[in-house]
Amino acid sequence: MNLFFYIAAAIALITTIMAISGRNAIHSLLFLILSLLAVSVIFYLLNAPFIAALEVIIYAGAIMVLFIFVTMMLNIGIEGRTEKKWLNPGMWIVPSILAAVLLADFILAIKHVPASHSVDQIILPKQVGISLFSTYLLAVEIAAILLMAGVIGAYHLGSQKKKVTHRFLKKN
Amino acid sequence: MLTVPVEIQILFAGILFLLGLIGLLVRRNMIFMLMSIEIMFNSAGLVFIIASTHWKQPDGQVMFIFILAVTAVEVAIALAILLQVYHHFKTLDADSVNKLKDHN
Repeated sequence: MNLFFYIAAAIALITTIMAISGRNAIHSLLFLILSLLAVSVIFYLLNAPFIAALEVIIYAGAIMVLFIFVTMMLNIGIEGRTEKKWLNPGMWIVPSILAAVLLADFILAIKHVPASHSVDQIILPKQVGISLFSTYLLAVEIAAILLMAGVIGAYHLGSQKKKVTHRFLKKN
Repeated sequence: MLTVPVEIQILFAGILFLLGLIGLLVRRNMIFMLMSIEIMFNSAGLVFIIASTHWKQPDGQVMFIFILAVTAVEVAIALAILLQVYHHFKTLDADSVNKLKDHN
């Protein structure tokens, strides 16, 4: 069981590194989908099968397909001039060092705070649903408003401006 | 039953978050920056699930569902903005889209 966790974690880390360091956007997106699937395996191992299914359906399914559609629509693949310059070792070494320092800090922090032991019990989707629609009902309503705002905003931003062309008067 | 120490699990989520942060800081292509933000959201959700499993409470999973909703909205809006940016500037380079002046 533990071996599965380590394998899935290793795959997630490797594919995430490939995703953020790739040059081709489509390849990076496919690596990112692989990373999300590895994380969903970890969710399953953590006794959260419902969340694992949601991760596959919504993250790896819906959100990443949206990304791939936009990438294909824009026909990206050639990186910009600045991107080429930025991918030199001299440019990314500083943020990487900063992140490594953060990581070392984090390791020290969790080394000094011992976690309490836990008992074996699986959380069923039923419990999640009951909690979602009783304790967190207000948050569900707020999320619904947020989704509505997202739909309206995406429609407004996505609509192309209509160009009015007259024979003599060209108006933008 | 998984017996990996919870510290290792949290560490894994932290490394994932830092990878996303590095991606956001290093890359200038807007698609890649958005992908890095996704990685960071995902690792934050992973921490919630780890905590939910550790304390045997469903609240962490509820929070993950909310993160999912927020992520979906964020991606939809961000990709719509990205389409508009590409329409106006013909590039997705974040450094060349730094002018607020009207683009004539």
